Order: sequence, then structure tokens, then C-alpha cells
Amino acid sequence: MKVLIPTPLLSYTNAREVEASGATLMELLADLDRQYPGLRFRVIDEQDKLRPHMRFFVNNEQVFDTTLALRPTDSVILVQALSGG
Amino acid sequence: MVRTAKKSPARKQGTTARSKPAKRASRRIVVLVATRKGAWLFHGDKQRKSWRADGPHFLGHIVNHLVLDPRDGRTLLAAAKTGHLGPTVFRSTDFGRNWKEAAKPPAFAKVPEGQKGRAVDHTFWLTPCHANEPNAWYAGTSPQGLFRSDDGGDTWEPFSIVNDDPQFRAWMGSVQDGTPDGPKLHSIIVDPRDPKHLYFAMSGGGVHETFDRGRSFTPLVKGLEVVEGFDPANIAFHDPHCVQMCPSNPDRLYQQNHCGIYRIDRPSKEWTRIGKQMPKQVGDIGFPMVLHPRDADTAWVFPMDGTTVWPRTSPDGKPAAYVTRNGGKTWQRLDSGLPKTQAWWTVKRQAMTADAQNPVGLYLGTTSGALWMSRDEGKRWTCIAQHLPEIYAVEAAEVG
Repeated sequence: MKVLIPTPLLSYTNAREVEASGATLMELLADLDRQYPGLRFRVIDEQDKLRPHMRFFVNNEQVFDTTLALRPTDSVILVQALSGG
Repeated sequence: MVRTAKKSPARKQGTTARSKPAKRASRRIVVLVATRKGAWLFHGDKQRKSWRADGPHFLGHIVNHLVLDPRDGRTLLAAAKTGHLGPTVFRSTDFGRNWKEAAKPPAFAKVPEGQKGRAVDHTFWLTPCHANEPNAWYAGTSPQGLFRSDDGGDTWEPFSIVNDDPQFRAWMGSVQDGTPDGPKLHSIIVDPRDPKHLYFAMSGGGVHETFDRGRSFTPLVKGLEVVEGFDPANIAFHDPHCVQMCPSNPDRLYQQNHCGIYRIDRPSKEWTRIGKQMPKQVGDIGFPMVLHPRDADTAWVFPMDGTTVWPRTSPDGKPAAYVTRNGGKTWQRLDSGLPKTQAWWTVKRQAMTADAQNPVGLYLGTTSGALWMSRDEGKRWTCIAQHLPEIYAVEAAEVG
């Protein structure tokens, strides 16, 4: 499925949009990490929690459950809400 | 991923009281500067008079520490994160020409489902292990955690009993108990005579020592004061800001604490407050603690305003280092060249250091983004750079 990557992670993917697969968001992140080593830990912590300001949108709906089932036709957007100075 | 973007070697060597300076005329100093918005390397000439800026590396990243491996003289580790991305460690084996991210940065053990586990917010402190342990490093994190790498900083594992021991966890307190940008494990010190003998400190959570490479640790807080009204017997209330071991005498340590300046001479287990001799209007509160590479009686501090609401600025807006030449019996002010008034910055715990040349060079980075140095042990200060981001750490590496 297509995954839209936020600009702070472009140093990993070198592309705004990448292809990745997985039956859930966690599996999708694992596949992204296989392709782009180090990316997952910048997004999700060692307790498998999304880091603050990291958000997933699946088919334009915000999703907080990383075990949510995904279909190959889904569109996933990884968003980093910038804040602070 | 490859990207283009230390511990003071003096800190880890040593024997006894005052040793002769080594011939270092052909060696140059590179000042490693870690800031809130990236890292810079300032390459000095042999006279330490002109400096060439190399940077920014990792622009936009919060870099808490940038350290050269004194064992090979070319490997750099940088502890980094951004305001939003998780923490990581970058490595360079060609002195910063290329950087590669650690395959496994420091991270706490994952807890079973349903339990509340801790997550590393940032790696704060990096210490190369013993000279006889090439490629091995220790890291201290926020919240407090102790980690070790045995492959040059590529993969990191929790080290010792500290991270998950219930007693240590109680002493660490919660995130709310820590410093404004998170509680920290810092001042990881390796005894140059014995790699199994280590110290570390926690803000908050006291100073601790192991003789068995971390299988067990013992608090070392006797003699240290805590904030008025709190019980010094409770390790959680101790807030060491920076602990350093004398390069010329590993049995002597100095400490800048939340509650004063201290010295200990082992095997004694009791710290002595040596900051009481500081001028009353300046006080003995601050963050950095810098030691002479060859004279165990000489140490420098950089006091800050720790009164009332803790402004954490230079006292009265007049920044100055202070030096003792007699182990803390007396102190002298060193402010020549520094702003005389209306300078409301200070120096963080990792942002002041010394080189091992003769005379010793001192380096400090300010919260206002200026880098200062002295070629004569603090008698006269000159500004190397201005307008950098807030400086978190400064290390002086010798190369060539």
C-alpha cells in the first residue's frame, strides 16, 4: 500500500511516498523499518507507543489503534504535527 | 543510513598529584559543540588562536553530547533527537565527514502487556569505556538509564541492574521529579586503573559506585547536602549536577551539586563541601565541574544564580569562572575578557571542559550560544563563536 512520509523522516526514505505492506499498522511499521532501518524507533517507542505528535491516518481517518487491520488498497499517511520552537 | 553532517581524553588518564605535561606541541584541538539545534566542530590551529567552524551537523536535531573516542582518535558519537522524532545515536568513523545511525539506539526493555514501561526520551551522556575495552561505550539517558555498547556505538543494551531495580527506580523518582528537560543519568566515570570500578550520578537520585562492573552499586552521598527541609538519608533527594575524577589522581573526585561544590578523597566515603569558601554574593551553585589534567588541586567551576526561583543565569548578570589551586581551600575569580555586566547566560553541566595542553586551555559554551576559550587556564577569555543555538555540551579533543 502507499504510505505518505512526513518531511522529518525523508532522510530515511528519500521519497515523500513509499510502498510498504502489513496486515496492521505495527506490521506496516516493521516493513518500513526493514526498508529504511531506524525509521520505526523515531516514530514509536520501545513500549510500542506512538511518540508524541506522531499520527496515522488511514484512508483519511485518524487512527490511534496500531493493531488496526489494514487492506492492501488502503492509503496510509504518517503525520508529524510540528510544534514548539 | 549515511548522512553528511568525545569525552575529554584528559579526563580518563592519570596517576598522582601533579604530573609533568606531555609534549603536545604538534597536536591540535578540535572543540566539539553540541547544541539545541545541531552540532559543530571548531578546528583550532596549533596555537589555539584561530578556529575553523565545521557545521552544522544534524541541523534541527537536539544534540546533547558529541564525543570523540580517545582510543582511536577518529570515531565520533553524537546523542541526538529532534523535538518530535525519537532519540538516536549517530556515529562517524572519519571525524564527521560521514555519519551512520546506530542500528539499535539505547532503549529500555519492553515490559509485558498491561504494565507501564519507560521509554528513553533522549540520550544525554556518552562515556568511552576503559582504554583496554576498545569500541565499548557507556550512555546515560533521560529518564535515568544506563546503557552499554560493545561495537563502537552501533547497538546498545541496558547495562547493569540499574534500569529495572526497584530500589533504583524509587530513587529516580518520576519524570516530574527531574530537571526541567527531564531527569538524567550522567557523569559516568571509568576508573583508569580498573574497568570494573565505575561511578555515575543521577539528577535526581545521587552518586553511585560499583566495583564489580555493575552487578551491584552502592550510593556515595554521605556529606552531600540536600534542599533545606528534605532528608539527606533519602537518596532520591540528592541532585549531583556534575561529577569528575581527577585525571592525575583517580582517588580524588570533585562534584558540582545542586547544593554546593564538593570533593572526596577515596577511600573516604564522605564528601566535603569546598564551596563554602566561594564569595557569599556568588555562592557555590552551578552545573559544570572541570579538572586540571595534571594537578589534582586545581579545579574550575562556573557559578550561576541558584537563589529564589533559580534563574539559572550568571549571578547579577556578571559571568565568571572560579578556580581553586589548593583543592578547594580558596577560590579566585576569572572573568577577564568576559562581559562585565548585563550578561544573563550561564553554562550547562556538559558545556565546559579543559584540554590537556600546557598551559591548559579551557572551553565553555553558553546558553546564549557563544563559545568561549582561554589559552591560559582562565586568566583571559576570548570568544570563538557567537550566535550558535543554545549550547548543551562542549568537549576538547586532541588530534594530529
